[in-house]
Amino acid sequence: MNSTWSRFNITSIVLGFAFLYLPIVLLIIFSFNESKLVTVWGGFSTKWYVSLFHNQGLMDATWVTARVGVISATVATVLGTLAAITLTRYTRFRGRVLFSGMVFAPLVMPEVITGLSLLLLFVAVGLDRGFFTVTLAHITFTMCFVAVVVQSRLVSFDRSLEEAAMDLGAPPVKTFFQITLPVILPAIISGWMLAFTLSLDDLVIASFTSGPGATTLPMKIYSQVRLGVTPEINAACTILIAVVAIGVIIASIANKRREIQRQLDEQAAQRG
Amino acid sequence: MADIAATAAPSTETTTLPARLAKSFVNRLVIIIPYLWLLFFFLVPFIIVFKISLSQTAISMPPYTPVLDFSDGISGFFAGFRELNFDNYTWLTQDALYFNAYVTSLIIAAISTILTLIVGYPIAYGMARAPATIRPTLLMLVILPFWTSFLIRVYAWIGILKPEGLLNQLLMSLHIISQPLVILNTYTAIFIGIVYSYLPFMVLPLYSSLEKMDYSLVEAAEDLGCPPIGAFWKITFPLSLPGVVAGCLLVFIPAVGEFVIPDLLGGSQTLMIGKTLWNEFFSNRDWPVSSAVAVILLLVLTIPIMFFQQAQAKAQEQGR
Repeated sequence: MNSTWSRFNITSIVLGFAFLYLPIVLLIIFSFNESKLVTVWGGFSTKWYVSLFHNQGLMDATWVTARVGVISATVATVLGTLAAITLTRYTRFRGRVLFSGMVFAPLVMPEVITGLSLLLLFVAVGLDRGFFTVTLAHITFTMCFVAVVVQSRLVSFDRSLEEAAMDLGAPPVKTFFQITLPVILPAIISGWMLAFTLSLDDLVIASFTSGPGATTLPMKIYSQVRLGVTPEINAACTILIAVVAIGVIIASIANKRREIQRQLDEQAAQRG
Repeated sequence: MADIAATAAPSTETTTLPARLAKSFVNRLVIIIPYLWLLFFFLVPFIIVFKISLSQTAISMPPYTPVLDFSDGISGFFAGFRELNFDNYTWLTQDALYFNAYVTSLIIAAISTILTLIVGYPIAYGMARAPATIRPTLLMLVILPFWTSFLIRVYAWIGILKPEGLLNQLLMSLHIISQPLVILNTYTAIFIGIVYSYLPFMVLPLYSSLEKMDYSLVEAAEDLGCPPIGAFWKITFPLSLPGVVAGCLLVFIPAVGEFVIPDLLGGSQTLMIGKTLWNEFFSNRDWPVSSAVAVILLLVLTIPIMFFQQAQAKAQEQGR
């Protein structure tokens, strides 16, 4: 296999990753720029981070975004996991085609349509737009991503484990919490993280469904970007990237540890 | 949904009646909760969008006259049918702006999908042929940018592409160009933005179908005298087609309705339907017309979305 990893393949990977990462790296570098001009290097400085923390509007928006993200990701994970179980375990019930359609369609649905339709729903039922409606909207579109992530883990799950537990007299709910849940937990955690970052990122759906007093960080960034590129936004973006990167790294380390632990357990079990 | 619990495993025959009842109750809840949620927050909103697209603009809050209101009872509901008007749809066909916006969006999405495929295929191929030990790392590196904000990644390109931006500075300092290139606020910038933002969506399905491929087929073809490029087109590419289709749909469908990229990189001149809908809604406050725009956009996308669902369902069956 190694011999087939030709120069062409290595070049395409290096160029591809350069394309993927260079813009983000440049953005991070220029957040430490002394000069107010974003594209001219004027020396190293952290002053934009300092001014960022004195920008009350941005700090408020960050707080709103964090709360929306945590609440919506948590509810979406529960709903998405249930949807994934439904998709993999119940192969025939009335309306299954509609159900799988409603799970998969939001993955590719243009955000403007999702945003507009949810807003019109909230207006129709008389809900005031604000924190609560943004959260509901985020739950709805992120739960489908959670469902897909969890479903891919459930498909490869060995069901005989569950059957064994139930044959030994464990009630279904207990079986789920003691057998199924620990096995699919990594997928549920990555589903939660995916939902959280999607909620953190979302501009379009939040713009439609949010109201006064519930401006999210992407909405704030967007309105400032329209006025021009400033190092302060670069700093805000860098912090967001750092938060997500740290989360992803911690999750992957935890995942790896669990994997190693599992291998050790299996080896111990084989030795008897 | 009465016969939800139809999938009782054989082992349950031996369990007691209360346990079975408990199981069927849990089964029902597992299905009903996400089902109702999606019905109420995904399907019902579309019906409302459709309904409002048939109503008239009014200067009030909400800015439209209600139609098909159940508050007048059934007879009022049917009377409402006569008041339905398709003015918003006629309006869309009369004003060339909307038609152009739909066509432009479809063309831009199609070109960017092909560009993303051209950029993404070598990356996915290189990853699939990489030593197995570093493949998870490469995969992680493709997924990682997906975790950083879409808005931020689009924003990063403004600093690179603008006339006094980093790309022009670099090209001018290398004496490749003497005048700054105008890229920002053109269609080129939109293409770059879409290719960049959606690249992971293309690479991941391509990678998963290329990784499963049996490369001894390519080797056999080459042993029999087929040139490498011929072997690629005759064997590798056809075998990776499911990945190509999935990747293209994942890029094409959202790109048609894209708002952030044409708005930030394309400037005010570019016509894309997502942006048109946004402007109708936020600038003109014309809810019925923006609903009609959404309904037609949805109709335009129905066929690709159905293809996507089928591909997903098939992938799900194969994974079983």
